[in-house]
Amino acid sequence: MRNHPSPSRFPLWFDPRSRHPGTWAFILNRITALGLTLYLFLHLYMLSKLSQGPEAYDTFIALAKTPVIMVGELLVIAAGLIHGFNGIRIALTSFGIGTRRQTELFWLMMVLAGLGTLFFGYVMFFKD
Amino acid sequence: MSSERWHITLAVARYKQGADPHIQIFELEVDPDEYVLDAVERVWAFHDRGLVFRHACHHSTCGACGMRVNGQEKLTCITPIRAVCQKDGTLKIEPLRNFPVVSDLSVDMTSLYTRTESAAGAQVLNLKHSSLPFEKNLFPDDGLEHERLSDCIECGMCVSACPAALTDAAYAGPAALAAAHQTVVQKGLSALPAWVDSAEGVWRCHSGFECSAVCPSNVDPAWRIMELRRLVILNRVRCLFGLNKD
Repeated sequence: MRNHPSPSRFPLWFDPRSRHPGTWAFILNRITALGLTLYLFLHLYMLSKLSQGPEAYDTFIALAKTPVIMVGELLVIAAGLIHGFNGIRIALTSFGIGTRRQTELFWLMMVLAGLGTLFFGYVMFFKD
Repeated sequence: MSSERWHITLAVARYKQGADPHIQIFELEVDPDEYVLDAVERVWAFHDRGLVFRHACHHSTCGACGMRVNGQEKLTCITPIRAVCQKDGTLKIEPLRNFPVVSDLSVDMTSLYTRTESAAGAQVLNLKHSSLPFEKNLFPDDGLEHERLSDCIECGMCVSACPAALTDAAYAGPAALAAAHQTVVQKGLSALPAWVDSAEGVWRCHSGFECSAVCPSNVDPAWRIMELRRLVILNRVRCLFGLNKD
């Protein structure tokens, strides 16, 4: 029936139009979760290189040190921080803590995630 | 009302069973201080008597005229055109989400009514039970017992905005959960309906907080759902240690 709730409508979860910060947090949490899950498989693939001998592993590590891959790694860190901090916000509000201030909590957590990403970016790209 | 006149375009979602859904355009001259419902009624009165939509009280008491205005849930009888549109702008009017469309802008809200009823939420409440704990007491303390109507007007906008209700037809939804919280406040945790502490109850909520963002009536369903979660967990812990008195 038209307009009836259905699991097939899940792509609409990711539509931020006319939505509020609570939904933006909801969308960010799902996108970062999917990204981190994808990274987990890439990480396992990287570890599997160990079983192919030192040369295969060293070749892969050399690739991992290229700027493009390092930017990708920084995105993984950003995703982990966004997901983690937002998770803390959801855990707090789910126990009735800060529920009335969930929007301000969201922005606070995103600022912390942004600062964390900047810190790790500095360490990765500018520290010896 | 002002003497100002605006030209606006009303893009109205049309749907009749058996026909393809489409958007129909109506050009209107309006006073920007009129309400969105006035514009919809004008379409019905002067352009198309076949337009189906729900409305009754025109002062945010009945909750019948909830619609999506430019994508966002609004109680159209209290939403000034000026607040959601500009001169020569477009207003897109669509039915609420997550309820089956009966015709055009009218949806079947049976699921909302039955679920709210199963929460046993009272329509008339003692004053001390009717307000949220962080609200200021709007009534003078004259030492007398007072009652008032509960805040929820059953407009369904919270369910329409809810991302969890979008994908799960069995989810109780914010309105019913808010009613269940009202019941617990009034009668204690022993009155908590069993379905509240289930996968289709408080635990289905994805913490999007859209319900409270669109609620036109100060119910704050998201706060009530989170409070229910806290109470449910507290009750479980009490049960674990044999401390439950309810």
